[in-house]
Amino acid sequence: MTRLWLLLGAVGLVLLPWYGLETPAASVLGLRAEAAPALFAGRWWLWPLVVPLGMAFAGWLVPAGVAGLAWMAGQGLVIGLRGWGISWLGLAGAAPAQAAMGWGAAAFALACLMWIAIGLARRGWCRGDVFVLGALLLITGLIALFVAWPVLSILSSAVRDNAGAFTPGALPDKLFNRAIWGLDCLGGGRGCGVAWNTLAQALVVGVLATLLGLAFALVAVRTQLPLKPLVRVLSLLPVITPPFVIGLALILLFGRVGVVTNFLANSFDIPRTRWIYGMPGITIAQLLAFTPIAFLVLLGVLEGVAPSLEEAASTLRAGRWQVFRTVTWPLIRPGLANAFLISFIESLADFANPLMIGGNFNVLSTDIFFAVVGAAHDQSRAAVLSIVLLVFTLTAFLAQRAWIGGRSYTTVTGKGDAGLSAPLPLGLKAACLGVVVPWLVLTVVVYGIILGGGFVKTFGRDYTPTLDYFLTAFSIDRGVGGWFLSGSGWRSFITTMQLAAIATPVTAFLGLLTAWLLSRQDFAGKWAFEFATMMSFAIPGTVVGISYILAFNVPPVELTGTGLIIIISFVFRNMPVGIRAGLANLAQIDRSLDEASMTLRAGTARTLRLVLVPILRPAIVTAMVYGFVRAVTTVSAVIFLVSGEYNLATVYIVGRADVGEYGVALVYSAVLIVTMAAVLVGISAMVGRQRIGRRGTLPAAELATT
Amino acid sequence: MSDAVIFRGVSKRYGQFAAVDVIDFTIAKGTLVTLLGPSGCGKTTTLRLVAGLEHASSGRIEIGGKDVTNLSAAERDVSMVFQSYALFPHMTVLENACYGLRASGIARGRAEAMAAEKLALVGLEGLERRLPSQLSGGQQQRVAVARAIVLEPKVLLFDEPLSNLDAKLRRHVREEIRGLQQQLGLTVVYVTHDQQEALAVSDRIIVMNAGRIAQDGTPRELYEAPRNRFVADFIGDANLLPATLRRTGATEAEVRIGTLSLTLPHRGVADGAVLVAVQPHSVRLGAAGEGLAGTVAKAAYLGSHREYEVALPGLAHELFVVAPVAQPLAAGEAVGVAFDPAGLAVVPEG
Repeated sequence: MTRLWLLLGAVGLVLLPWYGLETPAASVLGLRAEAAPALFAGRWWLWPLVVPLGMAFAGWLVPAGVAGLAWMAGQGLVIGLRGWGISWLGLAGAAPAQAAMGWGAAAFALACLMWIAIGLARRGWCRGDVFVLGALLLITGLIALFVAWPVLSILSSAVRDNAGAFTPGALPDKLFNRAIWGLDCLGGGRGCGVAWNTLAQALVVGVLATLLGLAFALVAVRTQLPLKPLVRVLSLLPVITPPFVIGLALILLFGRVGVVTNFLANSFDIPRTRWIYGMPGITIAQLLAFTPIAFLVLLGVLEGVAPSLEEAASTLRAGRWQVFRTVTWPLIRPGLANAFLISFIESLADFANPLMIGGNFNVLSTDIFFAVVGAAHDQSRAAVLSIVLLVFTLTAFLAQRAWIGGRSYTTVTGKGDAGLSAPLPLGLKAACLGVVVPWLVLTVVVYGIILGGGFVKTFGRDYTPTLDYFLTAFSIDRGVGGWFLSGSGWRSFITTMQLAAIATPVTAFLGLLTAWLLSRQDFAGKWAFEFATMMSFAIPGTVVGISYILAFNVPPVELTGTGLIIIISFVFRNMPVGIRAGLANLAQIDRSLDEASMTLRAGTARTLRLVLVPILRPAIVTAMVYGFVRAVTTVSAVIFLVSGEYNLATVYIVGRADVGEYGVALVYSAVLIVTMAAVLVGISAMVGRQRIGRRGTLPAAELATT
Repeated sequence: MSDAVIFRGVSKRYGQFAAVDVIDFTIAKGTLVTLLGPSGCGKTTTLRLVAGLEHASSGRIEIGGKDVTNLSAAERDVSMVFQSYALFPHMTVLENACYGLRASGIARGRAEAMAAEKLALVGLEGLERRLPSQLSGGQQQRVAVARAIVLEPKVLLFDEPLSNLDAKLRRHVREEIRGLQQQLGLTVVYVTHDQQEALAVSDRIIVMNAGRIAQDGTPRELYEAPRNRFVADFIGDANLLPATLRRTGATEAEVRIGTLSLTLPHRGVADGAVLVAVQPHSVRLGAAGEGLAGTVAKAAYLGSHREYEVALPGLAHELFVVAPVAQPLAAGEAVGVAFDPAGLAVVPEG
């Protein structure tokens, strides 16, 4: 075991190309100068890495690993692509230059981590369990490199000007700028700062989404209407819908030449306006997208209210309103706060809807985007805006975790509660239905436009059915060399599927490994580990995108323009989904199963492989499907990371919509939605069957009473 | 006979709280030893320390003459039957029973033969292909036992194995476990909070209280000669009556309980105020005027015997009494209370 990792370290230094991320074979066979392994080609700054390797072979594993990693990081930062990377060190002399680290460096770094794990295990850390320590260090290392380091790069960019000079003095000016914090709109001026815009937008959406979600949940749980299945289907839609499509559909409905606008103008002479562009449009679009999330949270909370409590209240002479006001409402209040904060965070982080329908109403996420891609190309400003947005989302995230995290009055004990929920007060019921039914109609209309709008000539004016747009994007022609995919959308579609398919298993593996460490192992600094892993959930996609550009555009780790950086962003954006699924499912598996396996002579890795993974298989598949779908439909992070070679479906659609080709954009969106729905439904059906077949009625784990 | 398990000054602390507080004991090979105590006394933690599922904060643990203090569960030669059974729900009965053998690197064919043999021993022949969820509670328990003994461990651990069974099955299963232990000559450490169960199956009982050992002895020693108030109270529902003691000989003492004077072994207890543990069935209720004056406060008929609560005004105490069915007494009747000296034991106060 130890020998294997020693060997890997040696291979990393003397066999694999130290620089470059082409496949090792390609770069070695190409015999390019930079493809030489570390110790060759006269690169004296890499020679000291022999020392840690020697130390490791001599058995000083921990110091060897630490020294190896430290020297790698140090030389990587000091010696850049064009000489000295850190100017203030004042290094003189002819600067050597080096390219970005490659496979050899990755292998050597991994070996260093494992040396440390083995060394610490020998000293009795984590009960001497190499597997636990190895997993812990691997995940910590990955998070440090792909979450913490990019965020630090943002901070470092914020204190530099765009030429790269260190100018901390300018930071307060940039941070407390009028454009960000101005309050002109209160005095009737042009508009408020972008930070206020963002906060106001999130507040409105948070409150409205919570109320709408509550209305839906009340209707689903407490009335006889057969809405539940329908609402459950609708709640899946936002997951499979690329986020900006809703904005697009709203433009087609309410824009200056939208269907509704036309109707009102022609029939009632109501003048055409651009009211939908801006806060109203963003609000409607975000509500359509986030209400289902609030609904799911509140549905669980409402179902968790024990009917016997309400029955107790009504036998104590309380009327319907009194029961609702004095029992039900206080019980669900923590759930309401939770739903509010989740919608609030989603709205803060949303990028695609403001981009599509925001008009002149700027929010932080779109401003960040335009600071980088616009004519201005002001990285420093993007970094500062990112910091503001990050502070907002992290604060809300921390509030949600600290304040609500464990607090819930509702209890699911597993004991049957035979009571019946109290009927809703009539006024409340009428109000809920009055909101829910029109909203359902709007949702159906919006999705109708999305799915069908691309199959007519010009939506809103000419409803002649046509396949033109579909064929533009997805035609298949017969040419000289046989059949080929001639549609303009194929390339991005296939790239998306490939990259998401590669990222998905990695995401699930890392997410579940992390969940297992968190739920089953005790180690020093566990809360910090948990915080770091879950924090990546709170970083808005736009901030991830900009931070990856800032961190991985230049050596020592250069990834921009590759498919790898897109895969990595998928993995670390979606890993928390796997962690949550894993935590929830592991909590249901009694620890005595692991312990039984351990007392039966099975080691940690074996226990994980033979006992936990098979039991968790349905959860793993579900996490993988969601990871895949989320990867396919995301736009905010990857819009910064795509390149000519690796373009993605969502970015392609945004591009089409941007130049006014709504037909192609809608057709492509419909294809994505249908594909993702097929993936979701198909796999869910498979997993569902498997669960019934394999796990029978009553697993021993559920008999556990400890 | 050598010792299978040795604990030397073992503690397990969680922060400030000591779940197990410097305990020493040895367990002889081929015996069944019970860890007995109320919930939270540290008995399960002690068992998990033997298993290697918890690691001692200080002290030293030996199994089969080998220091295992820092070894993990997988590296120790013990196996355990869990309270929840912890059967792997995705594996068949046979796969569950084979698990330990396969993990130890034994080829599938041989492992299955060994497992099938042990499954037959616990009476599960023909159920090898079932999933645990298709078995009754009692059958699941047998699978858990078979899975544990198939490894022929130096020590077999039971964590409250009967708590998920109904009352009738309990008696049966506990006799089976005892029978199996004696048949195979196993060394067993058994955790329970039920003193009846402990008395019935054990060669020796270690009574624990608040992380320490309250008393360590044979069932008879514990029942008839409790060393302190806690043990007297916990084993056999003994009544504890205040008394005064004066030594009168090398082993004898005069013990006064209210107006009653008895001669009992002093068991090393010093002169002065003491407690006398009175077994409920050693109280004789006679006509008023003989012995201590008492009044029947409550009376209950339980078929095989009667139970009374007798108020003793002179001692300001109530006495729990188990009496034969004949000669019923009614609540409110005045009685005279006498004791059978064989059922009494002097216990230091406090």
